[in-house]
Amino acid sequence: MADTITLQVARYRPESDSAPRMQEYVVPLRADWAVLDGLNYVKDRLDGSLSFRWSCRMGICGSCGMTVNGEPALTCGTFLVDYAPGPVRVEPLGNFPVIRDLVIEIDDFLRKLPKVKPWLVREDEHPFADVEFLQTPAELEAYRQYSMCINCMLCYAACPVYAIEPDFLGPAAIALAQRYNLDSRDQGAHQRLDVLATAEGVWACTYVGECTSACPKGVDPAGAIQRYKLTAATQTLRSLLLPRGAR
Amino acid sequence: MPNHDVVVVGGGGAGLRAAVAAVQANPRLNVAVVSKVYPMRSHTVSAEGGAAAVIAPDDSLDEHAYDTVSGSDWLCDQDAVEAFVAEAPIELLQLEHWGCPWSRQPDGQIAVRAFGGMKKMRTWFAADKTGFHLLHTLFQTSLQFEQITRYDEWYVTKLLVDDGRVHGVVGIELATGRIEAITAPAVVLCTGGCGRVFPFTTNGNIKTGDGMSLAYRAGAPLKDMEFIQYHPTGLPFTGILITEATRAEGGWLLNKDGYRYLQDYDLGTPSPTPVLRSMELGPRDRLSQAFVHEQEKGRTVDTPYGPVVYLDLRHLGEKLIDSRLPMVRELCRQYERLDPVHELIPVRPVQHYMMGGVHTDIDGATGLAGLYAAGEVACVSINGANRLGSNSLPECLVFGRRAGLAAADFAAAHPGSPGPGIRAQVIDERRRLESDLLARREGRERIADIRTEMQHTMEGSTGIYRDAESLVKGGDRLRELRERLAKAAIEDDSRIFNTELVAALELDFMLDVAETMVVCALRREESRGAHQRTDFPNRDDDRFLAHSVVSRGRDGSPDVEYLPVSITRWPPGERVYGR
Repeated sequence: MADTITLQVARYRPESDSAPRMQEYVVPLRADWAVLDGLNYVKDRLDGSLSFRWSCRMGICGSCGMTVNGEPALTCGTFLVDYAPGPVRVEPLGNFPVIRDLVIEIDDFLRKLPKVKPWLVREDEHPFADVEFLQTPAELEAYRQYSMCINCMLCYAACPVYAIEPDFLGPAAIALAQRYNLDSRDQGAHQRLDVLATAEGVWACTYVGECTSACPKGVDPAGAIQRYKLTAATQTLRSLLLPRGAR
Repeated sequence: MPNHDVVVVGGGGAGLRAAVAAVQANPRLNVAVVSKVYPMRSHTVSAEGGAAAVIAPDDSLDEHAYDTVSGSDWLCDQDAVEAFVAEAPIELLQLEHWGCPWSRQPDGQIAVRAFGGMKKMRTWFAADKTGFHLLHTLFQTSLQFEQITRYDEWYVTKLLVDDGRVHGVVGIELATGRIEAITAPAVVLCTGGCGRVFPFTTNGNIKTGDGMSLAYRAGAPLKDMEFIQYHPTGLPFTGILITEATRAEGGWLLNKDGYRYLQDYDLGTPSPTPVLRSMELGPRDRLSQAFVHEQEKGRTVDTPYGPVVYLDLRHLGEKLIDSRLPMVRELCRQYERLDPVHELIPVRPVQHYMMGGVHTDIDGATGLAGLYAAGEVACVSINGANRLGSNSLPECLVFGRRAGLAAADFAAAHPGSPGPGIRAQVIDERRRLESDLLARREGRERIADIRTEMQHTMEGSTGIYRDAESLVKGGDRLRELRERLAKAAIEDDSRIFNTELVAALELDFMLDVAETMVVCALRREESRGAHQRTDFPNRDDDRFLAHSVVSRGRDGSPDVEYLPVSITRWPPGERVYGR
């Protein structure tokens, strides 16, 4: 194994660059170095002006998503040796405006997220403040997977619909809506229907499934969306066929 | 200059809980949450094992309090601990009502697991991603409150103080480089810990003690800064935490001979199934110290990333590991390329938590009017000389809420916006950042090199064991590094998302924190909990059953005083584990 590897890193300074350019850096190739370790070597030893986000470096904070050799990835969980002999191309996540170098703007997601009411909705307040809602392990299992989203934005970067339809709510927001819809403690599913069962909601998805392949946490947003399409279709039919009280 | 009623600095567990508490108590208030990262990136997200609160029928508040007091080596304040254990169950139930996916018993009730230093099973958990679920539940819940205004990716550089009161903060909006004051009559610091002062830490890159230094510079003293927690089981190289829940579920610590070495350190006798407050379920300080002794005896295993022992989970079986410890398996596979179902996990002690922090009372009030603090940044203290695992998440919630309520009351009683003195301070701070720092192109040294030297200095002086010689040397070195930082170049001259400028400011804060750690550790001539002096190996209640309180003197150097510990019902005694 060679003892170095070349990183080709996208650089972009909005004050002076009209478009991103690639810059090469040679970093040590060590067996346990993640791509993020390579970037930190650049930042600390070679070029302090490189900007990127990172924090936990254990795949849970969701900060360090980038495009590595064309694929969206968490750079803390993607290893240099898997790209040897290189070079490794590191670019910002696709489908987002770039603020600087490898830093993207995710304001669009943060505007959409509250629209799906990703919190527990109760019609009746819990009668006893000092008692938990009972929830069996099977009931927990019904939504558990969708609660694992770390908001890393890899699914938006992978989504071909979001690329051409920026109004699309997107995989993570819909999966999080389903996380609450499927929670036995929640009573807000009908409140989320108006946002989810729309042209910008689940109906925008053409079921390519790239989001699920990209997800580093096994959330399966594509499955959430497909499941919700069935719910939405049933709800729509019921509202057409049945008087309000019987829905 | 945006003006709010309350500014919360930090959007992790404590900060979000404080913000929600403030607007729920007084819906007319407008609360700003200012965070250097998006709230769901906050380091609360990395907490794994669980959150302690009495709920099981065989448990009692007194037992949780006693475990916490004895775990702290009697340095906690017992009035604070009594309030904490009483409110922790209420807070965890509140999180349940907000949707936190707590793990359950078959009948649907909350499940609890064992944890280190705890005599009863009382640790609530969401598999082994408890902090992640707790943080996302809080973040998502907070989205429904329109009175909360978020300033995401704003880095706070200064507290505005005038007339003996705090009036807000100055921050840099990272995306634009804009430097702006965000004012309010009350400020709550919830910025978390300072693990990045050390080279080998479980803490994320963002844990740079910002809030501790902000308070210290503003005249609010810090407390018990010599008490630094080393967690016994970190992965070599990355420092990624392998949760204590592995041992609670029955994992064993083995030395190079496959021997459960904790039995040699007054922690009990081995049994095949876990025994509470015994062996692998002893407190973190004692387990990390035992590792050092094993190393001295030559019974650890050398690796390129230092000596290790082994954590053995193989006898737990795949089913239990996948249901109760799925992230442990995920992390081992990804970062060590091993499967804990079949292989031993190499582990070594790793800096994990800061018991000390901004000196507060039981409502989060600091020594400066209008300034509050909660969570790891604060020292109430419920943790004393050693925190018990699974007490920190409920601490964020209990004292986050208390600080949020107190700040809301203070803000309601002191309405209005700040005067011209504050405007002048903002102009000064803008000049410091733009002219003194951002424009500093000349300089031979890199920020990262000085940071690395600081980290190694701290490992050498305030590690698991300390002595006067290493502490004096460490203090000298830190002063030298401070001078070098003043002359280092900022390599990045862009205004937009300048992480090099942030790194320089973080390092400046960390040097304050490091200095107070060394000074307090040198002054405390005894061994207690996580503070072990080889030159003063015994606990000395006559001289040091007291909090060290450190303030910034007129010349900028730290002044240490001592404050009595509050003792309500548990007089100082021996810490007994495993017998």
